[in-house]
Amino acid sequence: MALKIVKGSIDRMFDKNLQDLVRGIRNHKDDEAKYISTCIDEIKQELKQDNIAVKANAVCKLTYLQMLGYDVSWAAFNIVEVMSSSKFTYKRIGYLAASQCFHEGTDVIMLTTNQIRKDLSSPNQYDTGVALTGLSCFVTPDLARDLANDIMTLMSHTKPYIRKKAVLIMYKVFLKYPESLRPAFPRLKEKLEDPDPGVQSAAVNVICELARRNPKNYLSLAPLFFKLMTSSTNNWVLIKIIKLFGALTPLEPRLGKKLIEPLTNLIHSTSAMSLLYECVNTVIAVLISLSSGMPNHSASIQLCVQKLRILIEDSDQNLKYLGLLAMSKILKTHPKSVQSHKDLILQCLDDKDESIRLRALDLLYGMVSKKNLMEIVKKLMLHVDKAEGTTYRDELLTKIIDICSQSNFQYITNFEWYISILVELTRLEGTRHGHLIASQMLDVAIRVKAIRGFAVAQMATLLDNAHLLTGNTQRNGICEVLYAAAWICGEFSEHLEDPMQTLEAMLRPKVATLPGHIQAVYVQNAAKLFATVLRKHDGETESQAAQETSQLLIDRLPLFVQSANLEVQERASCILQLVKYIQKLQQKNVEVAEEVTALFAGELNPVAPKAQKKVPIPEGLDLDAWINEPPSESESEDEKPKAVFAKEEPKHSRSRHTEVDEKELARRREVRKQEQANNPFYIKASPSSQKVYDAPGVEHIPVVQIDLSVPLKVPGMPMSDQYLKLEVERRQKEKAERKKKEKKKKREKRGKERKADSGPESEEDITPAHQVDIVTEEMPENALPSDDDDKDPNDPHKALDIDLDKPLADSEKLPVRTHRPEALKSPAEDRDSESVPQETKKKSGKEKKKDKEKDRKRSKEEKKKKKKHKEVEEELLESQPEEAVQSEETKEAAAPPTSTSAEASDLDFWLSSAPVPPAAQEVTAPSSAAAAVDTSSAAAPESEPDEPKDTEPEDTKSSKHKKKKQKKEKEEKEKKKKKRHHHHHQHHSDAGGEDSVQNGTVEEEEPLPPMSNYSLLAENSYIKMVYDIQGNHQDESKVVVSVIFENKSDSFLKSMEFNVLDSLNSKLQRPEGAGAHDSLTVPFQLPPGVSNEARFVFSVQSIIMPQKLKGTLTFIVKSDESSTHEKLDFKLHFTCTSYLITTPCYSDAYAKLLESGDLKGSSLRLEGINMPFHHLLARICFHHHFSVVERIDSCASMYSRSIQGHHVCLLVKTSDQTVSIDAKCDEPSLLGNVLDEIKQTFSKC
Amino acid sequence: MIKAILIFNNHGKPRLSKFYEHYTEDTEQQIIRETFHLVSKRDENICNFLEGGLLIGGSDNKLIYRHYATLYFVFCVDSSESELGILDLIQVFVETLDKCFENVCELDLIFHVDKVHNILAEMVMGGMVLETNMSEIITQVEAQGKMEKSEAGIAGAPARAVSAVKNMNLPEMPKNINIGDISIKVPNLPSFK
Repeated sequence: MALKIVKGSIDRMFDKNLQDLVRGIRNHKDDEAKYISTCIDEIKQELKQDNIAVKANAVCKLTYLQMLGYDVSWAAFNIVEVMSSSKFTYKRIGYLAASQCFHEGTDVIMLTTNQIRKDLSSPNQYDTGVALTGLSCFVTPDLARDLANDIMTLMSHTKPYIRKKAVLIMYKVFLKYPESLRPAFPRLKEKLEDPDPGVQSAAVNVICELARRNPKNYLSLAPLFFKLMTSSTNNWVLIKIIKLFGALTPLEPRLGKKLIEPLTNLIHSTSAMSLLYECVNTVIAVLISLSSGMPNHSASIQLCVQKLRILIEDSDQNLKYLGLLAMSKILKTHPKSVQSHKDLILQCLDDKDESIRLRALDLLYGMVSKKNLMEIVKKLMLHVDKAEGTTYRDELLTKIIDICSQSNFQYITNFEWYISILVELTRLEGTRHGHLIASQMLDVAIRVKAIRGFAVAQMATLLDNAHLLTGNTQRNGICEVLYAAAWICGEFSEHLEDPMQTLEAMLRPKVATLPGHIQAVYVQNAAKLFATVLRKHDGETESQAAQETSQLLIDRLPLFVQSANLEVQERASCILQLVKYIQKLQQKNVEVAEEVTALFAGELNPVAPKAQKKVPIPEGLDLDAWINEPPSESESEDEKPKAVFAKEEPKHSRSRHTEVDEKELARRREVRKQEQANNPFYIKASPSSQKVYDAPGVEHIPVVQIDLSVPLKVPGMPMSDQYLKLEVERRQKEKAERKKKEKKKKREKRGKERKADSGPESEEDITPAHQVDIVTEEMPENALPSDDDDKDPNDPHKALDIDLDKPLADSEKLPVRTHRPEALKSPAEDRDSESVPQETKKKSGKEKKKDKEKDRKRSKEEKKKKKKHKEVEEELLESQPEEAVQSEETKEAAAPPTSTSAEASDLDFWLSSAPVPPAAQEVTAPSSAAAAVDTSSAAAPESEPDEPKDTEPEDTKSSKHKKKKQKKEKEEKEKKKKKRHHHHHQHHSDAGGEDSVQNGTVEEEEPLPPMSNYSLLAENSYIKMVYDIQGNHQDESKVVVSVIFENKSDSFLKSMEFNVLDSLNSKLQRPEGAGAHDSLTVPFQLPPGVSNEARFVFSVQSIIMPQKLKGTLTFIVKSDESSTHEKLDFKLHFTCTSYLITTPCYSDAYAKLLESGDLKGSSLRLEGINMPFHHLLARICFHHHFSVVERIDSCASMYSRSIQGHHVCLLVKTSDQTVSIDAKCDEPSLLGNVLDEIKQTFSKC
Repeated sequence: MIKAILIFNNHGKPRLSKFYEHYTEDTEQQIIRETFHLVSKRDENICNFLEGGLLIGGSDNKLIYRHYATLYFVFCVDSSESELGILDLIQVFVETLDKCFENVCELDLIFHVDKVHNILAEMVMGGMVLETNMSEIITQVEAQGKMEKSEAGIAGAPARAVSAVKNMNLPEMPKNINIGDISIKVPNLPSFK
């Protein structure tokens, strides 16, 4: 046999392994793709082989190719095969591949559920670990639901290695299956205080991640975290906790107060920069939450800013970056303390590191003032010129605009300067932010009335030089600016110097290359300009100019009429016709100017973006009420066909509508006008129409003057600088004037007060260059002030917004798989964890002291119980669910204050530092005692009567009462328990209940009856043995016999030894060095009532015949008084079925197999089968290890393979209680035996 | 949460990619390429954080990287992770690799991606930091290595021999590896703890 293995591996070693693949790829630099495709072909061949080692090697190579970007999802099924290998080496390869390429869309993932469950409960911790790691990458909602309970059990595993992984993966499970959060949370919370630091850290990790998304649900954990923070020395944990507190403080300002001190201490004491930084961050968050700005907190701010300055000044760029990042948070609430570090931040703008520059930019936003805005922007403009990458330049651009436009242009004193900055920004090539500049231009021009003249002049220049902007392609985002320019020039055309020239510029043929929406604006505004030109020449009889203008439009507009853009075309043709008409009138010497301008009369006011949403519903308007009577259903259904009904009704109503007489309408119109006139928010027609005739009300804009000081048309010359100079001069002048005034004043009030006039000018002193009124955005009347942010409804974390303090309802418990060997976890452990939910519920006391008291009591109880009532415990395990319900009911009746409020008051207590009044203690004492009794009565019905001495008599009575009940129930349960054990162990078999579901029976609504492959091996008064035999995937000569030993007695069973009399064909695998007749020791002992499973490996040579092996189990029965030696004989029956392994098969492969002709046929007829077809299939699948290849109505093909590679194919047909099975196999006697066994299975039922 | 862990060399060749969210292979390659472009053009001595928000997920995300000899180690994380903490984690990762491979160099990563994955799995699980204690990580990795060896048993021996021979009779091996097998020098950074 060893030779065989060696031979196999010699074959294998000439296969390409991962290293060879990598080497090969590196040697084929020129034709890498070709080489890899040949490799993939090889891999496909390897995957077809039966040898798992070859498969694993292939999968390993695929994982590498996946990294290089090759899609390997086609091998998903093979990956599952490798995952299910029993060897850790291969299993790990499989799981790694799965974690790299499985995702929710991978369909074979549902095949893995049982395999993963098996690995999770593997005795080898690394099998479990590998499964957990893999699962964390590809967990789906289905997997999460099915495995949640298994993982939860692992959270209390004995090995910290498993515990920490199980804890961590719970987060993923919560995300995919939010229902699991509440039942699992108590145990998770428990893990915060795990003795192992790794597990603790994992629990902190998970809770922090949860709390980050929905902090309010985790406030009640604050005291626990606080304790951890002050006690832990693990920096990772500390950082996480401190970050968490940062998220919690905004919800509970009192928490912040409590935090400041320990955090400040940490800041002073820690040497780890990472911890220091997070502390500073959280302190900042605390300070933000305590917006009331208490005096002693200014010290904390100073400390933070000071520490951050140290970080920023550090030579380590990382610290510099983070310092700036944190600084920007302080800026929001305490701008003053940051502003004093302006020098430092401006310095960072020159840093060679882009990330740092960006951060510094962020800070600038909050640091500008009226005084320094121009200076800062100037500096930024310099950076814009220097910047290399477009990303950084774009970032600069948006920042400049952000800084200038913030809080309604608060800091801009000179809008001419701002407009020229915007115009300068348009010279940036390739920026994506054309629309941003455009919207700023529009915003300023519309809202700052005084600037319109200047803006129009600038925009006209832009339009004139449009070719500079559109230089490259249409993709150039900057041409968006032209949109704004055209609109501004059109709308405020009365300010234009030379409208004719601008009109000309707007109708150049090149305009047709601009994007459609811009062209549309061009066309429309050309019409506005036309109106302006006409009005200019108004009164001149036979104005040549006016007629020339009309002609110009008529010549140029046809270009736009042909535009492919609908909007452009429509507008152009409309306006073309209009102009043609006007031309006609002009030729008749009719005065048209006034009428044409009337077309565009009226002013647009800015409207706040949210205005529409905020219109309040007027009183008396019910939006849900029907306007017309709802059509009664009977009418529309019975009497008339719908169409007729719909046709007639509108006609009717319309005619009725017109009946409202004209007078009434006129009256209404009048009323409405009146109303609108009184409404300040309504856009009125009158002022703007007046405006046309009056000189525009912005005389104070010295347009001409500006033209003199700043030559507009010097290309390439930044104008903003000159504004800066002007501004400085202006300010100096103002200052001088002010001084003069002050001197005057002083002279007047001589000797009275001395003012510090030499001090720096303050913010308020700076007056804007011109008096500008910034039109605020319009809002509807009575707008609702609330700012409801719409959260993203698709956020996966939203589902986790679950109240964790509410008591756990019974319906919420995780789907527990009832078939589970108890001995996998120790009973005590299980009980503990089960009672955790109750524990949290019962926290009705307000003090920790009491909790402690309770704990002490409980632990006492537990000790006693452990000594004397092992049996009872076991019993409890069974009856747990009922118990839980009972206790919950009684508790809810007994303790009116809900546990939520109790939790909350716990927190309140913790947060308020005041000492508790002793009275409160007394009041709450009985209730806590009552709670304790509840616990004891629920958890230990048989506790001694002297146990709860300090409780009220009624309570003891009730618990006694319960005791009696339970004794009665006990006997019943014992019986039940026995029954349950029969189908306890389903999931041990590869083809468990789930498997049969996968085999195509999901759609059937009828539930499958519970099934088990375990059959009785032997039984006496002490012990019962059931067993199941399965083939081994990897080894063609081995089968595994799983035997479940159940202790039926009241005594302890130990030193169990298992022995089998080997036959020539089948031998029990004994450890090396053991003799052929030595017995094997069963690796566990059995306390009373407990069962556990052991596995024994047998080697077999021929598998075509069933056979029986005789064996003996010897054990020692140990009771209190004595111990006796006992013996039990048994017969192991190796059926042929047990040599079959469930092997999935694709239908095409199946067809090929049948066609090959190597298989010999046989058939079987079963009469009187009275069960649904899918049950029948499920039974065959389950009991005989087959898988369904294909199923069509009442006919199915099935496949299985023996451990030695015999193919077994079945064709199952059913009609009228008769089932015919045609079978084919390459080994006739094996087939015959399998068929016999199938027949037997069905004869039993 | 850690969203992705990437290792690539100075030429952008991926040496390890671990995504904790699903992307198609093409997107993954694109992310690797773009990350490489972002990271590679940065000078040494500038900060190790990059706002690469658009690549993976939202603007909440950051790229945190370190450059050792010929390799870039890039972690893409969201705001729940401490930046400096992740930098230290990268350091721990590299130091662990150094211990496990005995003077790790790029070649080790090239030929033993699977091993690197296994080491990483002991540190980060499903995007969350599992263990930061180097000796604990090494203990677990070695225990699993032992298990693998014991499983291979006699069957593994000839395979090992052959692979040794394969490696031995390859005088051309250095020739292939023109990106220099300089071992990654793990600088002694001020430790985290």
